[in-house]
Amino acid sequence: MLVNRKLILAHFWLAFAVFGIALTLGAWQMFIRSPIGTWLSNPELYYRSLTAHGTVMGYVFPTLVAMGFGYAISEAALQQRLVGVRWAWVGFWLIVAGSVMAVIPIALGRASVLYTFYPPLIGNVFYYLGVVLVVVGSWIWVALMSVNLRVWRRAHPGAPVPLAMFANVAGSYLWAWTAVGAALELLLQIIPVAAGLKSTIDAGLARVFFSWTLHAIVYFWLMPTYIAYYTIVPRAIGGRIYSDSMARISFILFLVVAMPIGMHHTFADPQVGAGFKFIHSAFTALVALPTLLTVFTICASVEIAARLRGGRGMFGWIRALPWDNPMMLALAFSFIMLGFGGAGGLINMSYQLDASIHNTQWITGHFHLIFGGAIVIMYFAIAYDLWPHLTGRELIDVRLIRTQLWLWFIGMIVTTFPWHWVGILGMPRRMAYFDFGDPAIAPQALSVTLSAIGGFILLASGIMFIVILARGMRTPKIDAGPYRFALAVHQPATVPVALNTHALWVALMIGLTLTNYGYPILNLALSSGTSVPAVYVGAQ
Amino acid sequence: MSTRDLFTLRNSHFRIGVGITAAILIVTAIAGFIVLPFAQPWVKFADVWDAICSAAGVPQRAAGVTAPEQGKRLSEVVLTSNTLARPSQEAIGRGATLAQRCAICHGPTGVSRADSPNLAGQYAAVIYKQLHDFRSGARTNAVMSPFAINLTDQEITDLSNYYAYLPRLPAYHPTPQLPKPNIVIYGAPMRGIAPCGACHGSLDNKTGSPWLEGQSEAYMKAQLHAFAAGERRNDISQQMRNIARAMTPQEIEAAAAYYASQPPDVVKAVD
Repeated sequence: MLVNRKLILAHFWLAFAVFGIALTLGAWQMFIRSPIGTWLSNPELYYRSLTAHGTVMGYVFPTLVAMGFGYAISEAALQQRLVGVRWAWVGFWLIVAGSVMAVIPIALGRASVLYTFYPPLIGNVFYYLGVVLVVVGSWIWVALMSVNLRVWRRAHPGAPVPLAMFANVAGSYLWAWTAVGAALELLLQIIPVAAGLKSTIDAGLARVFFSWTLHAIVYFWLMPTYIAYYTIVPRAIGGRIYSDSMARISFILFLVVAMPIGMHHTFADPQVGAGFKFIHSAFTALVALPTLLTVFTICASVEIAARLRGGRGMFGWIRALPWDNPMMLALAFSFIMLGFGGAGGLINMSYQLDASIHNTQWITGHFHLIFGGAIVIMYFAIAYDLWPHLTGRELIDVRLIRTQLWLWFIGMIVTTFPWHWVGILGMPRRMAYFDFGDPAIAPQALSVTLSAIGGFILLASGIMFIVILARGMRTPKIDAGPYRFALAVHQPATVPVALNTHALWVALMIGLTLTNYGYPILNLALSSGTSVPAVYVGAQ
Repeated sequence: MSTRDLFTLRNSHFRIGVGITAAILIVTAIAGFIVLPFAQPWVKFADVWDAICSAAGVPQRAAGVTAPEQGKRLSEVVLTSNTLARPSQEAIGRGATLAQRCAICHGPTGVSRADSPNLAGQYAAVIYKQLHDFRSGARTNAVMSPFAINLTDQEITDLSNYYAYLPRLPAYHPTPQLPKPNIVIYGAPMRGIAPCGACHGSLDNKTGSPWLEGQSEAYMKAQLHAFAAGERRNDISQQMRNIARAMTPQEIEAAAAYYASQPPDVVKAVD
């Protein structure tokens, strides 16, 4: 039951439009700092583009996808009209306003601070206010998800919350809490300096605040993908979820352990104590657990589908899978990229191994593989799956869809594998250009060129994606039927209260944040002499 | 189904969830704060509490390291994107009048005959910062300090805009251009030295860094030695001091001679 289709479509279209722009910028960046592009005479243009690319891809695009998908889940899974539609539109327009407000100073070269802010660099105040508006807009969504679930519960006392909605609300709570770190950094530290009220800033404290946001935000980006794994893929390929409880436990584990781990981003920072770095590293290892649970459950669910289709043998069932189904293809690609990206992640989270790749191109390769690869390819799949239900029209270009997914997968591998490699060789990240004529780095020219070619494959795939969706708005009308989510092998009749509500896990999430971040933040906030002069972008 | 049933020890999910989480936290805390600090034989701790404080990141003064001197003034100049934006013709005119008293050393056209810096066409931010530092005492010079001490903020801004407005002229006695020494092209990555041009204008300009082409060789050498010896200390976060300390005397010589031999018109303009 999708009633507010226009609302959901607006979120998706805006998400994919800004995605298209940021993707183009990304491909240009790959090109300009590769040996096939000529040196950029003004490196500031590169950082301008990089800031726009990161701000859109990190804040605007995934947030809009999560919101649009969240509204769709709320209506389709709970079988009730969205409560608070007007507020949902307010949230949407806040994001539009915030994005415009942030992009103008970026385009003018007044906010080339990258999306991770990097104080003591300080850009134009409107950039930060724009980002704040985007976050506030998304918090409206968080509140609406909570309210809608509450309304449903009142009408269905004691009934198990549908898995998709349970996971969706878990994702929204995770986002609400993880965004607090960056919000504190912006409101207490950066915006007062950007507005000219102060001229010094505690950059170390700001980095700790940002690490609060920076890692769990990845799991917020991941949530729609995991929801699709569990509740769309099995239905789309004709199978069932292997275990409903396992799915709930995975989402709960994300809620608890995604938060108190961000300091593995600050391994090289002297202002954080080694003991806290160790605790965060240990909890980061734990976050592999829900992913491993998910890989197991989804493989089992897929096997069910294959056996139902007549698959036999220990591995023979793999051939019986519907490989021409875009959803199957997207899942397989996503898992492969998740596997490689996850293996790289294990290296990043271990203190000693991190030392060799910290701040190198390895890191950029890593998060592009996980986010741009494993996560975004499922965003495509979600859009393809929902589109006929949102537009009432069929997506007829199935072959084109498959090509698009293949190209995205190939492009991402071609882009990120050499990227990891040059990182191991020590190539630093955040560089506008390299002198490949220098004998010391000339051998890396080939890898960087390959990477840039991968970037163009991704751009081609991205354009195809938008074309497919746009053409899907003009095909003849059909009746797509009600939107359904996958069922479990054993659909739960009752669920223990702990697996049907979020309170306990939210409490643990906040508790662990206090234990793992409380002292480092207080220590830095209360120490004197830790601030440094701000460096204003564009000051000459 | 209420939260009362949830947050109670009778609920096995509550017991297991909270129990496992707390157990992991305690085990990792003991490992991170007690076991691992003592596993490093090269670090000595007075007692367990000392190890815990160290692992928690409590600020401590390491033995054998003297505290930085607090008596010396540090640079306090802050530049925002509006500080020197779009000077009016009047401001430049006021600066020109004020600059008459600078001409004795810095030359009537902003090109010095006295081994003082050439100011014609220098980045405004550079002159602005140095004048503020001379005024506050963060940088001192027997000749320059008395000139700066009575300048107002407005006068400093006007002077900066005036000199930035002047055309860049070649030095009075240009020498034949020298080839680029390695320290200028590559810096010395293993010693943490970036190529000079990464900040000083030929590749990129970092706010507050002057362009150096055609400046007096004696002046540049003296400044590099002063940075290395810690006599000049108005560079933010010791950027120049760290570089100068790591340079060899030969490299200082080569860099100063190279820059002195270059014409100033190759410098990157500011947007």
